[in-house]
Amino acid sequence: MKLEAKIPEGPLAEKWEKHKFNVKLVNPANKRKYDVIVVGTGLAGASAAASLAELGYNVKAFSFHDSPRRAHSIAAQGGINAAKNYQNDGDSVYRLFYDTIKGGDYRAREANVYRLAQVSVNIIDQCVAQGVPFAREYGGLLANRSFGGAQVSRTFYARGQTGQQLLLGAYSALSRQIAYGKVKMYTRTEMLDLVVVDGQARGIVTRNLITGEIQTHAAHAVLLCTGGYGNVFYLSTNAKYSNATAAWRAHKKGAYFANPCFTQIHPTCIPVSGDYQSKLTLMSESLRNDGRVWVPKTVEMAERLRAGQIRVADIAEEDRDYFLERKYPAFGNLVPRDVASRNAKMMCDEGRGVGQSGLAVFLDFADAIKRNGADWVSQKYGNLFAMYEKITGEDPYQQPMRIYPAVHYTMGGLWVDYNLQTTVPGLYALGECNFSDHGANRLGASALMQGLADGYFVIPYTLGDYLAQTAPKPVTTEHAAFQEAEAQVRERINKLISINGTRTPTEFHKALGHIMWEYCGMARTAEGLRYAKQAIQQLRKEFWTDLKVVGVNEELNQTLEAAGRVADFLELGELMVDDALNRDESCGGHFREEYQTPEGEALRDDENFAYVAAWEYQGDNVPEALHKEDLAFENVKLTQRSYK
Amino acid sequence: MAGNNPNAKPMNLTLRVWRQRSRQSDGQLVDYQVKDISPEMSFLEMLDVLNENLLHKGEEPVAFDHDCREGICGSCNLFINGRAHGPEPGTTTCQLHMRKFSDGDTIVIEPWRAAAFPVNKDLSVDRSAFDRIIQAGGYVSVNTGGVPDANEIPIPKNIADRAFDAATCIGCGACVAACKNASAMLFVSAKVSQLALLPQGQVERKTRVENMVAQMDKEGFGACSNIGSCAAECPVGISLENIAILNREFLNAKATSNNLA
Repeated sequence: MKLEAKIPEGPLAEKWEKHKFNVKLVNPANKRKYDVIVVGTGLAGASAAASLAELGYNVKAFSFHDSPRRAHSIAAQGGINAAKNYQNDGDSVYRLFYDTIKGGDYRAREANVYRLAQVSVNIIDQCVAQGVPFAREYGGLLANRSFGGAQVSRTFYARGQTGQQLLLGAYSALSRQIAYGKVKMYTRTEMLDLVVVDGQARGIVTRNLITGEIQTHAAHAVLLCTGGYGNVFYLSTNAKYSNATAAWRAHKKGAYFANPCFTQIHPTCIPVSGDYQSKLTLMSESLRNDGRVWVPKTVEMAERLRAGQIRVADIAEEDRDYFLERKYPAFGNLVPRDVASRNAKMMCDEGRGVGQSGLAVFLDFADAIKRNGADWVSQKYGNLFAMYEKITGEDPYQQPMRIYPAVHYTMGGLWVDYNLQTTVPGLYALGECNFSDHGANRLGASALMQGLADGYFVIPYTLGDYLAQTAPKPVTTEHAAFQEAEAQVRERINKLISINGTRTPTEFHKALGHIMWEYCGMARTAEGLRYAKQAIQQLRKEFWTDLKVVGVNEELNQTLEAAGRVADFLELGELMVDDALNRDESCGGHFREEYQTPEGEALRDDENFAYVAAWEYQGDNVPEALHKEDLAFENVKLTQRSYK
Repeated sequence: MAGNNPNAKPMNLTLRVWRQRSRQSDGQLVDYQVKDISPEMSFLEMLDVLNENLLHKGEEPVAFDHDCREGICGSCNLFINGRAHGPEPGTTTCQLHMRKFSDGDTIVIEPWRAAAFPVNKDLSVDRSAFDRIIQAGGYVSVNTGGVPDANEIPIPKNIADRAFDAATCIGCGACVAACKNASAMLFVSAKVSQLALLPQGQVERKTRVENMVAQMDKEGFGACSNIGSCAAECPVGISLENIAILNREFLNAKATSNNLA
């Protein structure tokens, strides 16, 4: 199958306007004849479900949470970008587009990113109208701040809880449609398979997490808004339940998976403190505005510090290596996320890491406190300092924070065309679930923007076009394809329960996470990736022969839920490794050690790799087929990123 | 491994945990021993250890709700030693760490107790009543598109800040669990205040409060007797002042609105 991105003709700035005019419409009376399934009700899913219901479609929405308000979108801290140019500092749609393409290290589609920048302004209007309490100036107008990868202040925020406020806005719009009966909401219900009839996505198979009931649901189109797959690594900043199952099941039913190796490692997270650790907590990027990153100058000194023989205060100023300031004098501590993360790892690999494990670097506010006082620091970062203290038991006003990079976001995802449709007609992917807008590295404050752009302002147009053009025939869950998919789901559950081995889902998940982090994390080599591939295959074999699940299907069984998700991670992990092995270049979050400049920076190969790698499932334990979508850059010039 | 603090000593604890197979069945407190618990662990990581031990013994792990584990999603909901979210003020269960406990402690762990929050299993409860209250009116009725430019709605900073303070409610239900009447007034008042303060919320101001309160009553939450346990135990500091605002909004609406619903 040839990949058709379906990018509209014409100049970049006119593509979306023209496309909106050219799409076929479904008249208001006919909309109520169409059923749409929305899986996942975070920012992308809640906004899509609400907007489609407002238009008149019958929506069935599914969430594995007990309420749509718990989706992991809620944990986003910093803000949401929009090209409003309220600050009169030179922002524009084109500048936001340009920054995003460049920040993604030239591996995203121009037309999608431009549309994202265009609709960004509508998102802010929509959220304000809903009553989202953004930060304001004394004059009553909206406040902005700046974020990494941009030279303008275009980030709208609600203290350190922007994701929460935006999600509650979308949740309120969704709640209103539930009350009207236009959305039927299924909470604590997990999608376990996609149903394809005559080549079109026509429904899903679900499991009620409280009763274990397996159900089938039919519709005219299915939207996956199920987030990213960062939890492949076991430890990440993702919520514990965040998983890839819905997207992976769809992949196995024909949806190509694009750029799976593009994962974002965020530099400032609270380090792992023990092998019981269940997740990692982000410390906002904004801290690097005033915190200085350092490690001891010598391995010997770092060893004595780790052993508790000396204290931080015993290390003289000249014995501290402020390595980001030393290596990148122009950007200093504010280099982009991928660069900061890689350098922290290098220091620890040299043996100069701090903390008991040696897997941490210092983020030091002593200079800021000396310069401006503890009160000033507290006003700016008080909530983050309090959270750090709560988790580590250490007071960051008295001693430097210890930080280490952690998996945070996945730029890869289901391949979609300009209309957000996957390679399965009638199946769409929105938000972090798709691959489309962030290339090889996402800029801060752009994830919320993309989720809401897709849900509020893109899918309401493009879905109508599909329904009007194809007019899918009525299908019920009596159809053989539904029966077959349901039987497969049941069989799989029975298998997971009946293995009755010795190792828990969490133990397998941790083992997979270890392989992924060591060999497909911040720095990758062909040799390491080859090892990882066979290690994952071996682990997967052990999983299906030695898994231990206690309890039954017909009750709330969190071990069974975890087992199904880990089984899918064990397959997706191998595809990520394949993708990383295929991409013989370094770009953004994908750093292959063989491909670097003499100074150790990422070395892109635009000649051979300016393409989207879209993988097609071919069968269990069979290598996936690679399809390439060439990326054409007609408006921006490809350059080497430099932060010296 | 004892984390970053070389002096942190592992603890042995007795956990007295509520076990209940399903909504229909009876429950009971069951004692479990956990050993070598690091003070650096979060409370939920300590429960993870218990659950892995149970699995290896072939026993069913304790079901409990959690997700983000950074204090914002509102999923976690444990009643620990008689207090919603445990002993540390302003903290969700997931952000509570074991250094707040001592070696040899017995820790009693129960689900939220409220008629409107029936137990699903063990420590997991059904809080969908909160969703239905929001569905009754916790929104501004605007469709996607066709709204004014964001800066055409100026809002004084102090009003925006107060609205934000109310809007930070994470919907965990600690207020209900802490209240001897199992009242949901703090939860309802937070949303009513947020939207009553903002200009966007004015159009539906009266019907909103009437409908949300009616739904709250229908769900079987208790009455408010102004003790303030809710605000004292709220992990995100929702102020009791919101209940005063709710009462005022409600009385005003009852006296003046044309809401026939």
